[in-house]
Formats: sequence, structure tokens, C-alpha cells
Amino acid sequence: MQMTGAEALLEALRREGVEVIFGYPGGALLPVYDVLYDTKDIRHILMRHEQGAAHAADGYARASGKVGVCMATSGPGGTNLVTGIATAYMDSIPIVAITGQVPTFAVGKDAFQEADITGITMPITKHNYLITDANELPRIIKEAFHIARTGRPGPVLIDLPRDVQQETIEFKYPEKVRLRGYRPITTGHARMIERAAAMIDEAERPVIYGGGGVTASDAQAELVALAEKADIPVTMTLMGKGGFPDDHELSLGMPGMHGTAYANYALHEADLIIALGTRFDDRVTGKLDTFARRAKVIHVDVDPAEIGKNVKPALPIVGDVKQVVGELAKRVKENKHPEWRKRIEEWKSQYPLTWKGEGLKPQYVIQEIWRATEGRAVIVTEVGQNQMWAAQFYPCRETRQFLTSGGLGTMGYGFPAAIGAQVARPDRSVWDIAGDGSIQMNIQELASAVAAKLPVKIAILNNGYLGMVRQWQTLFFHDRISHTDIAEATPDFVKLAEAYGAVGIRVTEKSEVPAAIARAMEITDRPCMIDFHVARDENVMPMVPAGGTVDDMLVD
Amino acid sequence: MKHTISVLVNNRPGVLARTAGLFSRRGFNIESLAVSATNDPDISRMTIVVDGQDQVLEQISKQLYKLMDVIKVLDHQDEPVVTRELALVKVRADANSRAEIMQTVSIFRANIVDISETTFTVEVTGGADKIDALIKLLSKHGIKEMMRTGRIVLSRGPRTA
Repeated sequence: MQMTGAEALLEALRREGVEVIFGYPGGALLPVYDVLYDTKDIRHILMRHEQGAAHAADGYARASGKVGVCMATSGPGGTNLVTGIATAYMDSIPIVAITGQVPTFAVGKDAFQEADITGITMPITKHNYLITDANELPRIIKEAFHIARTGRPGPVLIDLPRDVQQETIEFKYPEKVRLRGYRPITTGHARMIERAAAMIDEAERPVIYGGGGVTASDAQAELVALAEKADIPVTMTLMGKGGFPDDHELSLGMPGMHGTAYANYALHEADLIIALGTRFDDRVTGKLDTFARRAKVIHVDVDPAEIGKNVKPALPIVGDVKQVVGELAKRVKENKHPEWRKRIEEWKSQYPLTWKGEGLKPQYVIQEIWRATEGRAVIVTEVGQNQMWAAQFYPCRETRQFLTSGGLGTMGYGFPAAIGAQVARPDRSVWDIAGDGSIQMNIQELASAVAAKLPVKIAILNNGYLGMVRQWQTLFFHDRISHTDIAEATPDFVKLAEAYGAVGIRVTEKSEVPAAIARAMEITDRPCMIDFHVARDENVMPMVPAGGTVDDMLVD
Repeated sequence: MKHTISVLVNNRPGVLARTAGLFSRRGFNIESLAVSATNDPDISRMTIVVDGQDQVLEQISKQLYKLMDVIKVLDHQDEPVVTRELALVKVRADANSRAEIMQTVSIFRANIVDISETTFTVEVTGGADKIDALIKLLSKHGIKEMMRTGRIVLSRGPRTA
């Protein structure tokens, strides 16, 4: 069938099952937006900033497990996507970013709104393309989606010059992808799996340490089966949260800098660590030389480059976590580790995850949101204290229930990602747990959510600080509060919400919290922002200082 | 420790930038790099000399494989190989030194490929040691300009990448 490059793009997206595009138009995308004018079966959500579009596509991908799609024009449109693409890259999230580009004859001439976006995004994409011939467009779209969603998932960018959008081609969508240099290994080596099962059978103090790979491969059922059969406590990283039910008796919660004391002690005392789809990030390990030094490590990951990058495992298995853990669950012996479990229970009762003091505490707010949503909301976070408290005090039972910028730590991620998540999960209550600093980084997306009638809830834990940096200044820089006190010029968030046509609620007393949350839950046709004026000087605890060990852990 | 690796890549625009960019952002040092097309027009071959421990080399290889355009990575550490470099050396050559330079060049089985009233340009191919040795000998005459290619490598015998 004959069609233009722009029509071919939309047709290819249709063939890939794309339901929604988060985008922002511009000169170099006019032909594509002209086709979108008549497109009824693919929804376009107009964001108010391209960064918001990238985060929304990311939030959609995390919440749904599908590939998220964002679109922006050339030059500043593309460069505004960069933070969102880098966020997705660090957390292995499948998105396809489409950028307009100046016409091919103008490329390289410093034309109006020209930027070398393929060059710029080379280090933060799994792969990227500049299409110079519209006949290649169907093949490239097919490849881009394949690359984004297979192996270790990640973002792919496609740069589409304006003249290519207007060329006429004979559209033929390829059935198969042929990529000579790309063959992800998804099936774990059988003999390695057997050896891993034997190591698990022999271990006296095993711990499972799971990460984002558990989510990406949808391995919760297999993981629960393995942990229960072999009686192994499980700690899930920030990226893996929900991949193992937080309320399971074998759950240790999160490890690392702001993880539970008992998860960190368990890793420290373990004789075997089964690392699943995780990359021994410095926020988990602290000082690498002393991390889990009593333990042998089995490392399972779909990306061979992660194995041996930070920690040299006794047994490496390259493969998909779901497949490998499924096999392991079949092969391990039924087992019990009563002494180990008893020790962990002692740590749990000695160092429970809790907070001190009365008043309107941020932890209490999150706990109340958990109670009101029966633990079933999709929780999206910004970055900083809000993120850590959300991870600590909103236990999740399901995969894809907790969405956060783990690797890059992008402030301003939460709200646009929550918009994407709400589009993916209209059936669920979606909450952005925010700080008064982070929310201001993409506050303009209130307009997008109002226009799209999305009932996203925003809980601002407003302490008038860039709180996490303030915490570090307090603890490690002699309480010299350098440029982190933002209380003076914090806007009136209630008026701000109302100005956009959203609902704003202010809470200044602990007693008002449940009613405010209940009121927010009743709103179904627009976003609702609750401005919780929480205790200003609360710190996130426990804390293992950067580069420290469990011996350095601060508990309160 | 120096390793010589061969990287087979798709012969496409931007592949050199992707490969070189990976080395710099991951903190790997390239000592030399040579690229050319191969007998297969769709494939280019890079020979890269890198300095690093075995673990670093393992990371380099694994990270290279993550590039969509990388088809194969070979570390030639434990196998017999043919390696060559080429150098062009413009050396000062006056009436007094010409005979000696020509003799030296001949012993090294190098060639004089250009001549002027005051200079010779010498072309030499071989391993890095041989080229180093010739350059050392020529330097006493005064090297005015020189250029060396990166190392290129093929496995000995019938084996191919």
C-alpha cells in the first residue's frame, strides 16, 4: 500500500500494538501530527513539556509492561527528552522515543531547531536510528520495538527528518527482525542451574537479593515458589519492589543505604546470596570490599555485562530471571533454616522499620495512604526523602505497583510518570508521592492531567526543604543548610492546583489526614493535589552512609 | 597488560562513534585503533589495542557486545597472530647521512618512498618493536614528521573470525 513516511510511522506503531503516544508537536513533526489529526485508534496525550512526555511513556511502560512511546520535535524537543530517556536507560525500561528532525538536506548545516539527537543519546539509549530513507522506516520501527522490549529492555530513539515523513513509499511491514549483532540469551545454562540448586541446598544462611529484573521478567510467582520451597528470606531492591510481596513472612524489605537494618544484617551474615536481575548498585552495597563478604554469590542476569561488573560471583548464570528461577524452584530441595530465620526475626524485632514522635510525620501520611488504598494503589515517587519513605512505608504485594527513578534518581519523574501509569491502569488509584522540591520540576503537567481527565493523586510531603540534601548537610556537613531551604518561596499548592483546574487540599494537622485522603479518592475526573505540611526536620532512617558498611549504619 | 582485540561491526555510519564512545565513557583506554572494510562489504573490522587487566578486558568485550552493530569480539591474547603496523617517517637526509640511512632502511626491509634535496620519506611495516627500533635509529638524523597507523591483526592459520 502506498503511503507517506508519516502515515507509515502511525501504521507501524499500530502494528506494534501501540495504544497511546505521549507527545508534544513542533515544526519538524508537522507531517506526523497532520496524520494524528485523523487517527482515532491511537490516543495522543498532549504533555506540557517534552521531559514530561518521556517520563509519562516510562511510567506507562513500568505500569503496563508494554513499550511506552513518546514523541517530540527536533532540536529542543529532542534535548528535552534526554533526561527522560536517561532515566529509562538506567532502569532498563522499554520506551521508543520518536523525534522530528530537520530535512535531510539541512542536516549538518546548523539549521533552525537542529540538534544531533542520535549523537546526544548514544550513551543513554540501547540503540538509536536516524532514518534517511522512508523505505527503511517500517523495518526500523519493527527493530526498535524488538530491541526495546527484549533481552535487557531499554529505550530506543528514532530520529525522523521532516522530508522523510513526506516521502511516499510502498508500505510493507516485516514479519521478522534480522539483527546480526543482537541475540540475547534468555535460557540459563542447565548445568549452571543444577550447580546453583546444589549450592542453595547446602547453604545454611541463604538470602535472595532481587532487583528490577524480577519485574522486567514478571517472575513473582517463580520467586515466591523458590523462596517458600527452600525457605530463603528475600530482600528486594528499590527497583525490584513488589517483585516479592512485602507482606510475605520471608520478606526482608529493601536493602542498602535506606534499606531495613534486618535486610542489611542478613546480607552481611549470609553464606549464600542469590542475586536475581540486579546489579550490585553502590546504593545497595555501600563499600564493595566489605559487602556480604561471608557469602558466595550466585548471579542471574539477562545482561552478561552485569555479571562480574561490580561483584565477582561464584556462579554466574546468564538468562531470563523468570526462566532460571522457575527451573531453580523445581530443582532445589524442600528445606528449612530455623536458626537463620530465628536470627532474622530477632533483628526484625530489634530494629523494626518505624519512626518516632507524634505530629504530622511524612511516614504517617504514607501509611495512611496505604491504609486508604488497601495497599493496592500504583505508587509513583519523585526522588529524595519522599521516595525513600514511600519505599519504606508503602508495602506492595504486586509487581509493577511501585514506580520510581532508581538508577538516575530523577527529580520531577514522579508526576508525569504517574500520568503514564494512570493511562496504563485506569482501574487503579495512582498516587505520586512527592516532595515540595521535586513536584515543582514538572508541575506544568497538571495541565496535561486536567486535559486528559486523569484522576492522579499527588501527595506532597511539604517540609520546605530539598529534604534529602538537607539531611546530608545536617549529618555530614555540620548542619550547614546550604541552598536547600526553599520554604520562603514555596507556592501555595492549593491555589496552584486550582489555577490549573485540579483540586487542591491543604493538610496541616495529623487529624486531617484520613479525611483529606478520602476526599481525594472520591475525585475521578481530574487530578488532586494534597499539600501535607509535614514535620520539617525528619530524617530518613536507617541510613548507611555512602561508601559505608553495616557497621556504620545509623538507625535513628 | 596490553590486549589486541578484533571487533567485527556492521559497516554503517556512526558505528565508529558508538564504539569509541563506549571506550571513553566506561573509562577504557584505547592505545591504537584501526578500521577498514572487509571482504564482506556489510562488515567492517576494527583492531583495537587496549591496556587493562583480564577483568577489564572481559568488561570491554561484554559491553561491546551490547552495541547492536557489534557482531563479534575476539581477544587475540592466547593465540598466534600476524600483527602489522605501518609508519611513514620523514627524516632529514643530507649528503653525509644519505648512505647510512639507505643502509639502515635496507636492513629493516623498509622502503624510501619519497626523496627531496634534504629529506627521505621512509615507509616501514612490521611489528611495533621493529618500527620502534627503526625510528630510534633514524631519530639521530632528525625526524621532521612521522605518522604510524594502529596495529592490525589476523589470526594465523585457517581460523577466521
